[in-house]
Amino acid sequence: MTLYIARRLLWTIVVVLCVIAITFAVFYLLPAGDPALRFAGKNPTTAELTLIRHRLGLDQPWWKQFLRFAYHFFRGDKYGWPGLGYTYASGTSVKSLVFARAPRTLFLIAGAATIWLFSGVAIGILSAVKRRTLIDRLAMGFALFGISTPVFWLGLIALYLVWAKLGLTGGTGYVSPVDSISGFFSHMILPWIVLAMLYAAFYARMTRNNLLETLGEDYIRTARAKGLTERRVIFKHGLRASLTPIVTMFGMDVALLVGGAVITESVFNLQGLGYLAINEALQQDLPVVLGVVLIASVAVAIANLIVDILYAFIDPRVRYA
Amino acid sequence: MNGGRGLLDVRGLTVRFPTPDGVVQAVSDVTFTLARGETLGVVGESGSGKSVSNLAIMGLLNRARTVISGEVLFEGRDLLTLPPDELRKIRGKDIAMVFQDPFACLHPMYRVGAQISEAVLAHEHVSKDRAWARAVELLDRVGIPNAKSRARDYPHQFSGGMRQRAMIAMALVHNPAILICDEPTTALDVTVQAQILELIEDVKREFDIGVILVTHDLGVVAETANSVMVMYAGRIMEYGPSAQIFTQPQHPYAWGLLDSMPSVEERLETLVPIEGSPPSLLAPPSGCPFHPRCPYRFEPCPTERPPLVAPAPEAHLDACHLPWDKKVELGSQRGSKQAAA
Repeated sequence: MTLYIARRLLWTIVVVLCVIAITFAVFYLLPAGDPALRFAGKNPTTAELTLIRHRLGLDQPWWKQFLRFAYHFFRGDKYGWPGLGYTYASGTSVKSLVFARAPRTLFLIAGAATIWLFSGVAIGILSAVKRRTLIDRLAMGFALFGISTPVFWLGLIALYLVWAKLGLTGGTGYVSPVDSISGFFSHMILPWIVLAMLYAAFYARMTRNNLLETLGEDYIRTARAKGLTERRVIFKHGLRASLTPIVTMFGMDVALLVGGAVITESVFNLQGLGYLAINEALQQDLPVVLGVVLIASVAVAIANLIVDILYAFIDPRVRYA
Repeated sequence: MNGGRGLLDVRGLTVRFPTPDGVVQAVSDVTFTLARGETLGVVGESGSGKSVSNLAIMGLLNRARTVISGEVLFEGRDLLTLPPDELRKIRGKDIAMVFQDPFACLHPMYRVGAQISEAVLAHEHVSKDRAWARAVELLDRVGIPNAKSRARDYPHQFSGGMRQRAMIAMALVHNPAILICDEPTTALDVTVQAQILELIEDVKREFDIGVILVTHDLGVVAETANSVMVMYAGRIMEYGPSAQIFTQPQHPYAWGLLDSMPSVEERLETLVPIEGSPPSLLAPPSGCPFHPRCPYRFEPCPTERPPLVAPAPEAHLDACHLPWDKKVELGSQRGSKQAAA
C-alpha cells in the first residue's frame, strides 16, 4: 500500500507537469495580445519592449520557458518554494497572490461540499425508501429544480431576497474567519447553499438510483431472509454497497471546483481561485494562470489518489500492490 | 402427505404479479405439507413457480406489488397474514433459506463471519463475541477448514462451494424447523454439488428439520427427497412419495421430464426432449396448462382443468385427465421402451 501511494504520488508530479506544459502550449499557440505591453506601462519604446520581453523570457521558445518555469518551480525562487514567479501586471509574487486567494475557494468548497453530500445522500435515501410516494416525487422534483437552475440566477435571487430584502445575511464579498467568525458565516452561507444546490440534486438522484439498484441484489434478499429489520437491511447492507460511486463522484467534484467555482465566486464576489484564473487569463498574465492551474491540477490528482485509497477501505475486493 | 397437520401446511397458495402487460399468474393453488425430517423435492422447468412459491412462504416478495392468497400455516399461524414485523421474527429463526447463487447472495463488503454473526444477533441478544464464536462454530460444522481464520475472510476469498456452505451455516444459526433450499447446487461444480447435498442431508438428520429442496435437476431429487412435487406453469402436476414418482410416474409431464434426463448408462441419442416451451404466465393455456405440449391430450384437456387427485387407491396425486388404466398402460410402455433402448 505504501509503495502504491508513493508510486501514485510520483505519477501525480508527472501529470501536473503535463498539465502545465499543455497550458504553456495553449498560451503560446493561441493568437493573443503581447504580455510585454501590459508590463511596460503607457507608451513604451521598442527598446523597452525588447528589454522587457528578454527579462520575462518571452523571446524564448515556449518549451524553453517551460523548462525554466519547471526549474524555478522545483528549486524555488526569491519568493520561496514552490517558485511560481511574479505577475506580469504588477510584478508581485504569484505565490502569495494564489495563496491569499486559495482559502476563499477552499472554504467555499468545504462548506458547500458538506452541505451537498449530507443533504443529497439523505434526500436520495429517503426517495429510494419511499419510492413512488409523494415524498419521492417531491424529492425528485427538488432534484430536477436543482439541476436545471443556473447558479448565477439562483445566486442573484438568493442575494436579492435574503440579503437585500430580508437582511438576514451578509452581502457579497469575503470576510476572513480570522477577522470575524460571525461575519465569515454570514457571508458564506448563501454561496454555500447556492453552490451545494446543484450538486445536492445530482447526489440525490445518484444515491436514489444506486440504492434502488442495490436493493434488488441477491445479498439484500439474504439479509431479509436472515430476519434483519428493514432499517438495517437498507442502511447497513444497501447503503454500504451503493456508496462507492458516490465517493468517486465526490472526490472529482470537490477537486474540479478548486479552479472551477468561477460563477459562484463571481456572483458573491468572493475573489477565489477560479475567478482569479479567468481574470488573469483574459489579461494574458501567464504566471498567475499557471499558478492556479498548478493548484487545481494538484487538487484533482490528490483527490483521485484519496478516492482510490478510500476504495480499498470501502470495498475489500479492491487491493493495491 | 396424509392430510394430517405437518410442520408446514401450505393450502391453495396463489401468487399474482400485476404488471402493465397483464397479471402474471406465477403460482396457482399450490397445496402441500411438510413434516419434520422430511425432504420435499420441488421440480419443474424455469418459470414453473418453484422459487416464487418459496419466496412467498418466506414473505420475501414485495407485498405492495404482489397479490398472494391461500394459507401458509406454520405452528398454527398463517404466515401470509402475519404483520411484517412478526414475520421477520420467524424468518431466519424458524424458517431459513439457502439460495441459488452463492456468488451473489453474500454481501461482498462484509466478512463471512460478520454476516453469520449478524444472523445470530438478528434474533438473539448476545454479545458480539458470542455471536462471532457461534459463527465460527457453524462454519466448522458445515466443513469449512480453519473456520476460525476463514471467518475473517470476505466472500470473494471463498470458493463457490465454500460460499454455499457459509450460506447453510447462516441458515442453521437458530436451529430452524424448516430449511428452504432454492436450487442450492445449480451454480456449483458437479463435484461440489454432491458435497453440498450431503451436507443438507446431514443437517436435516442432525437437527431434525423439514427441508424443501427446489431444483430442476431430477438427479438431485432422486438422491435426497422423500416426496416430490412436480410443478408446471405455477401449478402442481404430480405430488407423491419420491420412490413412486421415479418408478411409476403418472403425469405425461413427469414422463417427459424423466425421459429428458440424461443418465450414465444410456447413450445420449435416447434423450427425449419435451416438445415446445413453457407457456407464458401472462396468459397460461386454458384447461390443463400442459395440454399444448402433451402428446396424449384428448378432448377435455384444452377446456377443463384436471384437479389434483389420486386417480386410484394405490396411486399418488396427479392433475391429469387420462384414465388410470391408460396411465398404467402408457407408463409401462414407456418403461419397456426405455429398457429396449
